[in-house]
Amino acid sequence: MDNVVEILLILVSTIFVTNFVLARFLGICPFLGVSSRIETSIGMGMAVVFVITLAGLSAWLIEKLVLVPFDLIYLRTIVFILVIATLVQFVEMVIKKTSPALYNALGIFLPLITTNCAVLAVALLVVQKEMDFFPMLFFSFGAPVGFTVALLLMAGIREQMAYARIPKVLQGTPISLITAGLMSLAFLGFAGLVKM
Amino acid sequence: MADRDMVSSDITEVQPASGVPWLNIKEVTGDFVRGLWEEIPLFRLVLGTCPTLAVTTSATNGVGMGIATTFVLVASNIMISLLRKIIPDMIRIPAFIIVIASFVTVTDLMMAAFTPELHHALGIFIPLIVVNCIVLARAEAFASKNNIIRSTADGLGMGIGFTIVLILLGSVREILGNGTWFDMPALTGVMGLFDYEYQPMIVMVLPPGAFIGLGLLVALANKIEEKRKGKR
Repeated sequence: MDNVVEILLILVSTIFVTNFVLARFLGICPFLGVSSRIETSIGMGMAVVFVITLAGLSAWLIEKLVLVPFDLIYLRTIVFILVIATLVQFVEMVIKKTSPALYNALGIFLPLITTNCAVLAVALLVVQKEMDFFPMLFFSFGAPVGFTVALLLMAGIREQMAYARIPKVLQGTPISLITAGLMSLAFLGFAGLVKM
Repeated sequence: MADRDMVSSDITEVQPASGVPWLNIKEVTGDFVRGLWEEIPLFRLVLGTCPTLAVTTSATNGVGMGIATTFVLVASNIMISLLRKIIPDMIRIPAFIIVIASFVTVTDLMMAAFTPELHHALGIFIPLIVVNCIVLARAEAFASKNNIIRSTADGLGMGIGFTIVLILLGSVREILGNGTWFDMPALTGVMGLFDYEYQPMIVMVLPPGAFIGLGLLVALANKIEEKRKGKR
């Protein structure tokens, strides 16, 4: 029972309290770049959840099985970024073979994920915080879900904003950033919900 | 007139004034200056927003992050420019990433050894320089096509441009949110003259302040650019 509570706490805290985009500033580039339509945001969100969960798992395994036993911790950054790049390629190939429908839905988003800093951040955080297996798994799952929640909310707002009259200097990036700021302000309301 | 200008600049490219075939002072300064306004990262290109928003709670952190990124940019630009004829075209992106990751590791370990406080404040965002789009973008768009001197100038210009924005945003957030600038009392001191205690706007050092602050700075840059274009 304790474990279930702990897992729920991890999920709530990664999705709402320390939301990856709005409280930790990770994955801002895709957050601003792919949030103009809800449909594309759903595709991006699914691809990110898939890749980050796998990336967290593989980073944790590599740290435990390779880097620590061989005393190679200083190579962490290089190894992880390579693993992520390979993983993204691999996931792309597997999805293409097994499920063409899913591949068509995720297609163009997969290569973009390598440069999403949330992926490397999850890989580094799970080993830096020395998490156990199950907390690690749910952290790696909750973080991208939080990213997707923020992305979908942003896409919804931006679809409405397309009809708004915005001063010329604020069009594009500035108004997106200010919108994100107001969302982040709203998410501050979750602070203190979970003590980690 | 314009045609004659173009012709003369073509001639200088073929026979540079300095006499050294790969060194063209005008070109190199152009590469350097471009990063400072014309293509200033964050304002013009909106690349590398994650570390910018995350570390700029104070001006000092902004300087630290700026210097670290500039170092990685310049070093990886030099290395990639040197290797540009050796790296096969097919695997150039992974090769660039390895070069960048190596320099980031060097920076990370150096900062942990010599500036432990700053290293702690910047935290996970130092290793994350690897996925800072600016570095890879310059490697791919510039260093892989140009010689070492031009690539160095480009890396330096882009790095300094990035640092300027970090310091600007860090200053705004620190002054408004904390009443200090580079850890020295700024607003508190000025307000003290009028016997008035400054109430910090805490929201500026919290995450929302970062988004809104950068949004307003980008809007300001757009305004300045619009004015500049109008004059011409």
